[in-house]
Amino acid sequence: MPEAEFRSYYGRPVLKAPVWEWKIAAYLFCGGLAAGASVVAAGADLTGRPALRRSSRLGSLGGLLASLYFLVSDLGRPARFHHMLRVLKPTSPMSVGTWILSAFGAGAGAAAVAEVVPRRWRGTWPARLLGRLARPLGVSAAATAPGVASYTAVLLSHTAVPGWNEVRDELPFVFVGSAAASGGGFGMLCAPVAEAGPARVFAAVGAAGEIVAARVMEHRLGLVGEVYREGHVGRLRKASEALTAAGLAGTLLVAHRSRAGAAASGIALLAGSALQRFGVFEAGVASTKDPKYVVVPQRERVDARTAPS
Amino acid sequence: MNRLYGPLDDVAGDAGHVEHPPRVGFFTDTSVCIGCKACEVACKEWNAVPEDGLDLLGMSFDNTGMLGADSWRHVAFVEQPRRTAHQDPAFAGLPTGPSGIPETAGAVEPRLEAAPRGGSELGTNPLPPGGPEPQELGMPGFSRPGDLTGPESRTDFRWLMASDVCKHCTHAGCLDVCPTGALFRTEFGTVVVQQDLCNGCGYCVSGCPYGVIDRRQHDGRANKCTLCYDRLGDGLEPACAKACPTDSIQFGELDELRERADRRLAQLHDLGVSEARLYGRDPDDGVGGDGAFFLLLDEPEVYGLPPDPHVPTRDAPSMWKRAGQAAAAFLLAGAAAFLAGGRR
Repeated sequence: MPEAEFRSYYGRPVLKAPVWEWKIAAYLFCGGLAAGASVVAAGADLTGRPALRRSSRLGSLGGLLASLYFLVSDLGRPARFHHMLRVLKPTSPMSVGTWILSAFGAGAGAAAVAEVVPRRWRGTWPARLLGRLARPLGVSAAATAPGVASYTAVLLSHTAVPGWNEVRDELPFVFVGSAAASGGGFGMLCAPVAEAGPARVFAAVGAAGEIVAARVMEHRLGLVGEVYREGHVGRLRKASEALTAAGLAGTLLVAHRSRAGAAASGIALLAGSALQRFGVFEAGVASTKDPKYVVVPQRERVDARTAPS
Repeated sequence: MNRLYGPLDDVAGDAGHVEHPPRVGFFTDTSVCIGCKACEVACKEWNAVPEDGLDLLGMSFDNTGMLGADSWRHVAFVEQPRRTAHQDPAFAGLPTGPSGIPETAGAVEPRLEAAPRGGSELGTNPLPPGGPEPQELGMPGFSRPGDLTGPESRTDFRWLMASDVCKHCTHAGCLDVCPTGALFRTEFGTVVVQQDLCNGCGYCVSGCPYGVIDRRQHDGRANKCTLCYDRLGDGLEPACAKACPTDSIQFGELDELRERADRRLAQLHDLGVSEARLYGRDPDDGVGGDGAFFLLLDEPEVYGLPPDPHVPTRDAPSMWKRAGQAAAAFLLAGAAAFLAGGRR
């Protein structure tokens, strides 16, 4: 592609680069993992797969706790994190997400805690109550998990950042695919092969969806597609696709007969999902640093409007 | 209703204010700006905006760089090898060199690339070292620039100066995405951050299509122009407009300012300044019109302004629809996986 001709103020950026750090990219992965694992956990619970249920519930809680850490510590004033709970604002995906995550967290957290009650307390009435509530709470987490997995795409796209705003049609599919691949992959990593069948299906569908959606996204992008293809971000995304594809192949070919193969496939899917999030995150940041991604598309729009028809 | 996008007559009323004063704003007529930066200084003084580094950016008389958490007014300096309409050829008898823009841009750009946020932190930090070596310009002499080459190397040139500020959009990207309610619409129709509520999530920084608001270092909260909310409450005009010696910055009721701007534009066009244009005045633009709008003498991007910004909220319904479809696919995949696997 030839170098775009455009005018700018001494080559300075028009937009502010996001103040978010790598922690937000890490959150995107951990939140997706928590959502994917909670769906697997609820399914395992309802179909009698105790080992898959237990590991997925704990994985979901782990992802959730990591998410909360990354989100709160990235604030400029972490001690004021609870100010997010002052309002519910439909125009703010972060506000909507806060409430989705709160609803999800209550169910996913309680279901996971039910798995780790020490034996000597199991007879007490709070433990028996929690044991009975674990299934409905786990199902409630699985019911809100699609929101957790998909709202983060709106969170990024609902900005002026060209690299995020212009992928708004495809990003939700990339992110839910990534969440399903990581949630299923986690189940394959932690549960015995005999129980992990549905996790394999979930992971394979997610990985395939993620690869296809990411390809469509990149293919459709105009000028700003550069930030997805070139440099550091390009390498991250190539590695992500390779790992996800390898994990998908392993899931389909070896994961149903080999415990080690299942674990390796699961790890590849998790790593591919994580790199996908970092790639998309970094692509957006890169698109704010060069004024060309703001000026050129906007100038083309203005010129198209004012051109004599 | 146009509550998310498009023209909106009563922004303060839409935000829930009853019996509110008329919407106010700025009309910044850059054709009479002399680049004195009194607005920058008055703003810093009145609003107690902290010092953010006394740095020389090495590109022009502009050493502020861009708007940010610690720069709520920013005077841009653009040097161009052309004249403005019937501009008095004051330098006709004087030797002047060509525009310094390619050279200065060449010196600044590599250092911008090395900066952590691509230079958008400027006004806060000095640029990292790097790029071309500094050039020896020699001692100040008594001969005039270009004396040695003679008049044949002279070029036309003009200065463009413009005082940039928060646009106080009709549909404000920063306000829409703020998850705490710290950003709010005042009774005057302006957009202000409540510092006691802001938790520094940084969403507004990416929500602004003009790159205005930013998080203040070592404080962690978002900061931007308040259109001197405290002064408005006492019936005073904002500090920058008060300090502006040429009335380039005009404060007033938005409806009246728009009429005034239209008259000024017609006047300039009559004088042959065909490149004069209004920026942010049109309520049909991507943000529903700016509360602070401008008369410019070149394309907006030359001043560091986006040519056709839109509020991200415009696409919120379609984005949530796509997210809903993706969420349904996600749940369906999970349910199908376990239905196919059956009970054990």
